Amino acid sequence: MIELKSIAKSYAMGEHQVRALVGTDLFIGAGEFVAIQGSSGSGKSTLLNILGILDSPDSGTYTLDGNLIANLSARDAARYRNRFIGFVFQSFNLIHHKSALDNVALPLYYQNVSRRKRHKIAMEYLERVGLADRATHKPSELSGGQSQRVAIARALITQPALLLADEPTGALDTQTGEQIMSLFRDVNAQGMTVVLVTHEREIAEQTQRIIQLRDGDIIRDERL
Amino acid sequence: MNVFDSLFEISESLRTHKTRTVLAVLTVAWGIFMLVLLLGAGRGLQNGVELQFKDDAVNSIRIYGGKTTIDYKGLPRGRSIRYENEDYEQIRSNIEHVDKISARYYVGGDSTVRYGKQQAAFDIRGVHPDHLYLEKTVLSAGRYINENDLTERRKVAVVGAKVVERLFEQPAPLGKMIAINGISYQVVGVFTDDGSQDEEETVYLPITTAQLVYAEPVRLHQMTYTVGDATYQQSKESEQQVRELLAQRKNFSPNDQRAARIYNNLDEYKKVTDLFYWVRVFVAVVGVGTVLTGVLAVSNIMVISVAERRREIGIRKAIGATPGSITRLIVLESVIVTVIAGYIGLISSLGLLELLKATVPENEYMYQPDVNTFVVVAVTLLVIVSGTLAGYLPARRAAAIDPVQALQPS
Ligand SMILES: Nc1ncnc2c1ncn2[C@@H]1O[C@H](COP(=O)(O)OP(=O)(O)OP(=O)(O)O)[C@@H](O)[C@H]1O
Ligand SMILES: [Mg+2]
Repeated sequence: MIELKSIAKSYAMGEHQVRALVGTDLFIGAGEFVAIQGSSGSGKSTLLNILGILDSPDSGTYTLDGNLIANLSARDAARYRNRFIGFVFQSFNLIHHKSALDNVALPLYYQNVSRRKRHKIAMEYLERVGLADRATHKPSELSGGQSQRVAIARALITQPALLLADEPTGALDTQTGEQIMSLFRDVNAQGMTVVLVTHEREIAEQTQRIIQLRDGDIIRDERL
Repeated sequence: MNVFDSLFEISESLRTHKTRTVLAVLTVAWGIFMLVLLLGAGRGLQNGVELQFKDDAVNSIRIYGGKTTIDYKGLPRGRSIRYENEDYEQIRSNIEHVDKISARYYVGGDSTVRYGKQQAAFDIRGVHPDHLYLEKTVLSAGRYINENDLTERRKVAVVGAKVVERLFEQPAPLGKMIAINGISYQVVGVFTDDGSQDEEETVYLPITTAQLVYAEPVRLHQMTYTVGDATYQQSKESEQQVRELLAQRKNFSPNDQRAARIYNNLDEYKKVTDLFYWVRVFVAVVGVGTVLTGVLAVSNIMVISVAERRREIGIRKAIGATPGSITRLIVLESVIVTVIAGYIGLISSLGLLELLKATVPENEYMYQPDVNTFVVVAVTLLVIVSGTLAGYLPARRAAAIDPVQALQPS
């Protein structure tokens, strides 16, 4: 599913170069459930953004589902993100003036699915995350856990091959975090590849594989 | 991308940011309102002035006698210049661009006109048939002076509506005999005149009849002709030819402006059209200025809108919005705002112009302020183009937003 070869990425900070990734190799097979761990600044988000084609590496190659991801136009990158990848963020990133239903349906808008049809599909996904009764609510009327479930429904609606989550439970209490993790386990059980970043050991241990980053490099890769 | 879907997205975003939307709409609406109002007022001003030219044919050249002011070929200054039938004939057949032409013979003195027991004094003029067009006379009954009247020196008269009013108890003067200074004429026509009320207190006779009756068989007091659709330049040339012809026939210097006094109506008309050219330039400058201000305001508001929606745009891009779709969304939003605003401005200014049209009476400064369909079409294009321009740069900025940075937890 994912193959990274000598991926390097650095950021210019004034005169200094901050090396976020220093030449990472990584293989993740289809259907894996992976957690990325590491201290703050170790490059976790950078890695995830590259996997999600939100960012591109300075050097190295990235192959996603057999496609070499290199020199993509902004438009093609958008297409990949729309059809192959689902994102879940720590701060949910719902559009605040849209209802839960409209938020979930939005990725299908960019696939030119008719309004009626995407609302129907969005409703099914809201049901899946147990929030059908909150369809018309705005994000401000939802709790953190509910917001994150809406965000997950939005990430799943295009049936992506790869689900990426950056600290999905970071803003939630333990109990709500557990609900989110069980959703991830479900979708993984149905065959979706899931990669999540977390700094909580208990969360990471619920996956099948933990990748440890330090200073932009993988220092440990353990299968549970 | 489905248009209705995009419209829905946009209306949602506009409703979310009401104050900003209303502000943008007001700026553009005001600009368009001012532009259309100015154009309408400019047109009204022009209509008002053109009203003053309604009396006589716009392209007419009038020739009066005068006194020489330059010694010429041994002849002293101060000689009177007068015209005869032959001058009229020469101008008619030799001058370029002569279209309609008539001379006038004024019957002076008391000029009492009598019908039965009624009598009153009126202007009496002998004219040629073309005089009808030169004076923009409108016949309301009967006929005008014709060529047969001239050759047979018939004693017929065409009288103004006021003359009929004063002399006849029943307004059926055709065929009746009136007496002018004791000589009988048959009324063959009645006329009205839009241009001036005084005109309607005039009696027209065949010029040959008038000359004969008053024993000056070749004398003319004045000549007028029109230049058809000749240009201003051509009419000036024609005028110069007349001056040279008369100068040669009467032995005065062609440079003597006072010997033959020639007035070209196009001179006045040209002054006015020149003025309106500048009025239009002014309106265009002010109008474009106000619209430009509106465009800048909308552009500004769109920049703010994009900045405020940075995270939203980042989210959209992360879930698969192409830069093109973001650009389209912002540009379309800008166009919709300006078009709606433009039409609010357009409709309210048209409303105000209608109100002015209905309430302001006919006067020479402002008459029938109005704009035509061309203006409406032009304004429509203008708001679409300016909306696109206003939205384009902010849209490009929005499309370039880096989702990684926009989605950074705050
Ligand atoms: N846009 C950027 N500009 C400059 N430096 C950056 C940028 N993004 C990341 N960095 C730097 O790159 C390094 C890796 O950052 P990254 O966000 O991947 O870390 P992280 O592991 O996600 O940390 P955290 O747990 O705090 O989220 C850090 O030193 C960070 O300061
Ligand atoms: Mg991070």
